[in-house]
Amino acid sequence: MSGAALARPALKTTAARKSRLTDPAVGVWLATAATAVLGWLVVALDGGQLYTQANIVVILSNCVALGLVAVGQTAVILTGSLDLSVAYLIGLGTLVAAETMEGGSVLTAVLAVLALSAGVGLANGLIVTQLKVNAFIATLGTAFILRGYIEDNYTGPAGKVTASFQRLGYDRIGPLPVSVFLLVAVAVVLWLVIRHTRLGHHMYATGGDEHAARLSGVRTRRTVVIAHVLCSLCVGAAALFLASRLGSGAPWAGTEARYDLDSIAAVVLGGTVLAGGRGGVAGTLGGVLLLAILDSVFNQLSVDPFFKNVVRGVVIIAAVALYARRGSRRSA
Amino acid sequence: MRESPSDNLLTPTLLTMEGVSKSFLGVRVLHDVSLTLEAGEVHAIAGENGAGKSTLMKVLAGEHAPDTGTVRLDGTEHSFTHPSQAQAAGIGIIHQEFALLEHRTIADNVFLGREPTRRGFVDRRAMEERTDQLLTELGESVKAGLTPRTYVRDLPVARQQTVEIVKALASDVRVLVMDEPTAPLAEHEAGLLHGLVRRLADRGMGILYISHRLREIFELAQRVTVLKDGRHVITARTAETDTDQVVRAMVGRELGAYYPPRAEPGEWGDAVLTVTGGGNRRLRGIDLTLRAGEVTGVAGLQGSGRTSLARALFGAAPFTEGSMTVGGTSLRPASPRQAIRAGIALVTEDRKAEGLALRQSVRDNALLVTRAVPTRGRPPAGRGLTRLLERVRLQARSEDQQAQYLSGGNQQKVVIAKWLAAHPRVLLFDEPTRGVDVGAKAAIHTLVRELAREGLAVLIISSELPEVIGMSDRVLVMSDGRLAGELPAGADEEDIMRLATGHPDHSDAA
Repeated sequence: MSGAALARPALKTTAARKSRLTDPAVGVWLATAATAVLGWLVVALDGGQLYTQANIVVILSNCVALGLVAVGQTAVILTGSLDLSVAYLIGLGTLVAAETMEGGSVLTAVLAVLALSAGVGLANGLIVTQLKVNAFIATLGTAFILRGYIEDNYTGPAGKVTASFQRLGYDRIGPLPVSVFLLVAVAVVLWLVIRHTRLGHHMYATGGDEHAARLSGVRTRRTVVIAHVLCSLCVGAAALFLASRLGSGAPWAGTEARYDLDSIAAVVLGGTVLAGGRGGVAGTLGGVLLLAILDSVFNQLSVDPFFKNVVRGVVIIAAVALYARRGSRRSA
Repeated sequence: MRESPSDNLLTPTLLTMEGVSKSFLGVRVLHDVSLTLEAGEVHAIAGENGAGKSTLMKVLAGEHAPDTGTVRLDGTEHSFTHPSQAQAAGIGIIHQEFALLEHRTIADNVFLGREPTRRGFVDRRAMEERTDQLLTELGESVKAGLTPRTYVRDLPVARQQTVEIVKALASDVRVLVMDEPTAPLAEHEAGLLHGLVRRLADRGMGILYISHRLREIFELAQRVTVLKDGRHVITARTAETDTDQVVRAMVGRELGAYYPPRAEPGEWGDAVLTVTGGGNRRLRGIDLTLRAGEVTGVAGLQGSGRTSLARALFGAAPFTEGSMTVGGTSLRPASPRQAIRAGIALVTEDRKAEGLALRQSVRDNALLVTRAVPTRGRPPAGRGLTRLLERVRLQARSEDQQAQYLSGGNQQKVVIAKWLAAHPRVLLFDEPTRGVDVGAKAAIHTLVRELAREGLAVLIISSELPEVIGMSDRVLVMSDGRLAGELPAGADEEDIMRLATGHPDHSDAA
């Protein structure tokens, strides 16, 4: 082989030097900022005021429940799985919280909800990894089971949340609801886990290419199970927040707000690939905030619900289409 | 040939596999196979597809537990049940399909499963420093342009393989299994890889090198072991054996001429496909004529546009400039469907991803094209299916067998059958015999020549130069998205490489 023949095709350094702007996590925050400004303009033209103190609190509070669920959902989706049982788990979680508080302490209630969540997450994870049931079906199954239990035992709100615990839902520090700090804390913990621990690296690996991960010595099943437990724990936190907000257990707290599909929408909007392996918590939070601001703008303008949903649908589809374009350009 | 380290009696045997047997669902895949590997040795494993090479290596790597038999590393007996255990013991394996995460960086990949931590968090800086160090150790020619933060998706195949090797180095691998590492590489890249393999062996690593390419086995390995039908046939020093003996051991018979005779000039018919000034994002100024009865070869380095040319002719990544005629009619296909209707067929290089529906039967696969693109005036091939499968010399249990259970060679025959069912005029092959064993390879070559004799225009793209040279009536060489030159039948490898590397003036003669 001659020396000349050793000339290798040059690396595509421009492609390698990934522009920050094309990172979905950055993109979605830019889009959120744009929406915030645009929303303010539109509402102002309509003679309203989007960023009143009261409205900011509403927007942020609305972010908390969906944010907690979506952050958890990010963990499972990154790992290549999915959780459709979150909405019913929220409902059951608020009931367990309220009913335990009625007769016991706040601490027992919190522990009970987290234990329930961890249990459901563990079940989801084991069904997916051990019984090898596709995550979509597995978590749909647990969703049905949870629904069956709720429908059989409750017809409406039950239990009563201790007054002191309700402060989680309503207190503020300055302009910020305290619950926002709960969301931020959970998000930071999950961000650290996903980005900076071996578990997190293994989650990316498992979601990116399960076979490759296994061949590299990653215990992929365990990783998936832990991701499901983490997700359900986040959902448990969301249930606690909603319980404190509603003052009692609400069987349909999760399903009425469609946290199952909305959380997946927020995750995808935030640039996490539904097939797993790419994405992260930061983008998801951007997606959540974007959806919350949109909602608030529509409420201010009292747009009819049909139009509102159409816009949400268009936004999600457009975002994913954009990501797909960028993705194919890179691999081309 | 270097002296084998095993000549030194003081060196202990690094790896011993003894009496390994393995069955899947009652089918015996390995019968009592034994093998030794010395430190610093390159030991080639050869055999047709289905001979049991891959299974043997998977036993070694902890992906399959053997039914019987032992694996001893430095005299210690191991029985692995998970790849991580084999890895911990110092056994690394580089599969044909890389175990890399495209959307992660080189450093992330190198340390996957063994990320170093500091206070509970992954120590990214340590990962990157160590990766950089390993890349540097491999030398500037290997490192060129790679940084620990480069994303794997941005690397061409050959460089992804480098990442796999670094991954093995990082885990202090002492036995490295390489499963047909040169299969996806062009000749010059294979040369680079060979250099790297030698260097690894010089460091005392033992290397089990699975390959179909006899030439590289004799260039690289000190010993060669041949498996056939799950049994050990021979182990011989490469210095003391020759190609014929190894081939005989592999196929159990003598192979005559490797390539069927070429066409006589008079056998060529009219131009079936012409391209004038064809171009798109990856191709420029393509002028091309394919004639009935002629086999045209295309050579070129990886990234030179070989595959892009096939994809453009087939409408998968269409030409955006220039004109094209098929059978005298002006047509520049904008989609594979248009191309198929015009009578163009493409056997893609990635059989599993693009050529076959792996979980569907042989029958469904063979009828895929005719069912999808019904063409007027041509008889539906459904009834002729059996004859068609005989024609391509398919060896399968039945027409109902799932494509995934066939050997690489038989899978390729199904793909060819699929296209023949549509009665094409132009047959494009991208790497027709990649991952195909010696016996099936000869069968495919013979078939291709037969088809040309019957009046098809055939284009063969291959990174194996002997294949291009042996099969073609003329050779087109691509470089940087253009046709760099045309060489007559029987051109030699040097001429081709000169054109391919864009140094035609290097020729000292002429």
